[in-house]
Amino acid sequence: MPAVAETLETVQAATEGGYKWGFSTDIEMDMAPKGLNEDIIRLISARKNEPQWLLDWRLAAFAVWLKMDEPDWAMVNHPPIDYQDLHYYAAPKKKAGPKSLDEVDPELLRTYEKLGIPLKERAILAGVETPDDVMPQVAMDAVFDSVSVATTFKATLAKSGVIFCPISEAVQEHPELVRKYLGSVVPTSDNYFAALNSAVFTDGSFVYIPKGVRCPMELSTYFRINARNTGQFERTLIIAEEASHVSYLEGCTAPQRDENQLHAAVVELVAFDDATIKYSTVQNWYPGDSEGKGGIYNFVTKRGHCRGARSKISWTQVETGSAITWKYPSCVLQGDDSVGEFYSVAVTNNFQQADTGTKMIHIGKRTKSTIVSKGISAGRSNNTYRGLVRIDRRADGARNFTQCDSLLIGDQCGAHTVPYIESRNPTAKLEHEATTSKIAEDQLFYCRQRGLSEEDAVGLIVNGFCKDVLKELPMEFAVEAQKLLAVSLEGSVG
Amino acid sequence: MLEIKGLRASIDGKAILNGIDLVIPPGEVHAIMGPNGSGKSTLSYVLSGREGYEVDGGTATFAGQDILAMEPEERAAAGLFLAFQYPVELPGVNNANFLRTALNAQRRARGEGELDAVQFLKLARTEAKRLSMPDDMLKRNVNVGFSGGEKKRNEVLQMAMLRPKLAILDETDSGLDIDALKIVAEGVNALRGPGFSALVITHYQRLLDHIVPDRVHVLANGRIVKSGGPELAHALEAGGYAAVIPEAA
Ligand SMILES: Nc1ncnc2c1ncn2[C@@H]1O[C@H](COP(=O)(O)OP(=O)(O)O)[C@@H](O)[C@H]1O
Ligand SMILES: [Mg+2]
Repeated sequence: MPAVAETLETVQAATEGGYKWGFSTDIEMDMAPKGLNEDIIRLISARKNEPQWLLDWRLAAFAVWLKMDEPDWAMVNHPPIDYQDLHYYAAPKKKAGPKSLDEVDPELLRTYEKLGIPLKERAILAGVETPDDVMPQVAMDAVFDSVSVATTFKATLAKSGVIFCPISEAVQEHPELVRKYLGSVVPTSDNYFAALNSAVFTDGSFVYIPKGVRCPMELSTYFRINARNTGQFERTLIIAEEASHVSYLEGCTAPQRDENQLHAAVVELVAFDDATIKYSTVQNWYPGDSEGKGGIYNFVTKRGHCRGARSKISWTQVETGSAITWKYPSCVLQGDDSVGEFYSVAVTNNFQQADTGTKMIHIGKRTKSTIVSKGISAGRSNNTYRGLVRIDRRADGARNFTQCDSLLIGDQCGAHTVPYIESRNPTAKLEHEATTSKIAEDQLFYCRQRGLSEEDAVGLIVNGFCKDVLKELPMEFAVEAQKLLAVSLEGSVG
Repeated sequence: MLEIKGLRASIDGKAILNGIDLVIPPGEVHAIMGPNGSGKSTLSYVLSGREGYEVDGGTATFAGQDILAMEPEERAAAGLFLAFQYPVELPGVNNANFLRTALNAQRRARGEGELDAVQFLKLARTEAKRLSMPDDMLKRNVNVGFSGGEKKRNEVLQMAMLRPKLAILDETDSGLDIDALKIVAEGVNALRGPGFSALVITHYQRLLDHIVPDRVHVLANGRIVKSGGPELAHALEAGGYAAVIPEAA
């Protein structure tokens, strides 16, 4: 609720201020007026001090977007989005949040407690107000007790030659890298939301792992403090040079407040010969209330390009939040013997809708992909797995294994599996397994007879169902994700 | 320990238990025998609080508490254990993890401290060994891919770990070979003592050779139609139920 209420307030406040065309970019303002047009894009680009090529790139994307229609093939329903009724640029600004934890919704605090979020972190996640200009420092302080930890991280990364910074910073510091790879995996014209993102993205992360380097740390904890407030159109670019290795985790198990209802991120991964990128996501944006009011719309384009031989890209996602999830992390397996993996848990409860899956595009010889998707639906929610496995004519000896399991809790929810297979090479081997099951009454009773509460029983059974995916997560997050699954399904039984 | 008076219960409006009276004093083991469909499993589910089993009348007091008013997990924490006639599979749920979660949930409910992973594993290994169960049984998923005999032994392992005050064993001997049967019996006998009672549901005298009951009851049409000492089981073995149940003759 708070997320949406605040959106409305912000929007109202801004509308009352009136909309003026033709503003110049040197006007000091916290927020661009509502609406999407070339001027807004020029404003974003100017504020970020971007080079001309990037502005041109954004404008081209915008021109493409104008000619496109919002996709309607996904199994999700929502009222039409008025793209002219959104703000596309907001300077880092003071948050009108609660003054202290005492003012935060006790329900939210209980959730944090259940998830085992440290006390200090809870205040930040709940959006408790902190003095404006010291905010980032304070955030880091609170999370890590000391700024020096973060500084140490930076030093360690720098020593190994790893570049890890906001993409807006990379545009300034490493323009040649950004220019070379931006949009090379997800072209601006790829789809409606990717085009929109390309036109208006404000920030995101940039990672570059040099040849032969194994990134000395999980880029996760660090991300957790830096990724806040990157805005609704996030852009991430990760490049792994030959024989390098990186594991990146985005997101957070704690339900996060966000003023923006629409999210349309783009993530591009590039892996060269023998490189490995492991990308893990825990997504728990505000899902809307139990009546289905509010909640984030999450339209994400994530794609990895295995350009080199024997390269490997692995997506792992635990999706429990958002009112609408539209997301298909994919792998283009171009290098011979390259490997793509997709491990997914998607939970929907109440009125949530998720249409998620993957695409595995086999181009290189002996390319191999694995898809393990676990969908859990409860309440009146709808959960769709949509996956494509395409085997190119040249992809001799390609192999795919797909396992799609759905678990239903209650009888008002829906689970759908939509697998597409296109094979143009007779030597390819494809295996597909799918199951649909319910949490059976006898399983619940068996657990309760042994002393487990009904909620713990559901948590245990659901975690068992998701085990094959959870074990792919970095250790520290696997435990949090397990708790998150149980919390997300609270009240779904009985 | 357990005192049942005039207990009547139904499923979907169909009366199954028609007035059960049964008292199991602390430290005693009672056996229930009876034809298929006579209500033996129903009795065990009603006592343990399974959904869908409607109590229509009567009382059941366990360790001084009115258990019929309690949630299944509260009954478990109070010391009631049911070894299921058909143990349930929990895919992806590690047996040791399940047992530890259960044990700690019960300990928490009783205000006792929880066992950490090391303490737990030590205990679990000791008990598994005593029941001649290989260690890897603890690592497997709960009852998934277990043979019939393994499932039953797993029930007994859980019982041994949870140390209930009252264990109801619903045909735990069915489908066991003679060695497994002995192991199950030893599991029960090891718990026997003043603080432990058991209700053993079985069709066969051979289990009662190993777990000698204090009392034997015959259940028919949702009522206890005859009670006696261990010799009653022998009489049933020789003459069948017809000898003791007039209606079935
Ligand atoms: N879920 C159920 N729905 C309807 N009838 C049931 C159900 N479970 C058991 N019954 C009936 O209740 C009676 C007693 O069953 P049960 O307690 O399982 O007997 P026993 O364990 O002595 O073989 C039988 O007539 C059986 O068909
Ligand atoms: Mg039975």
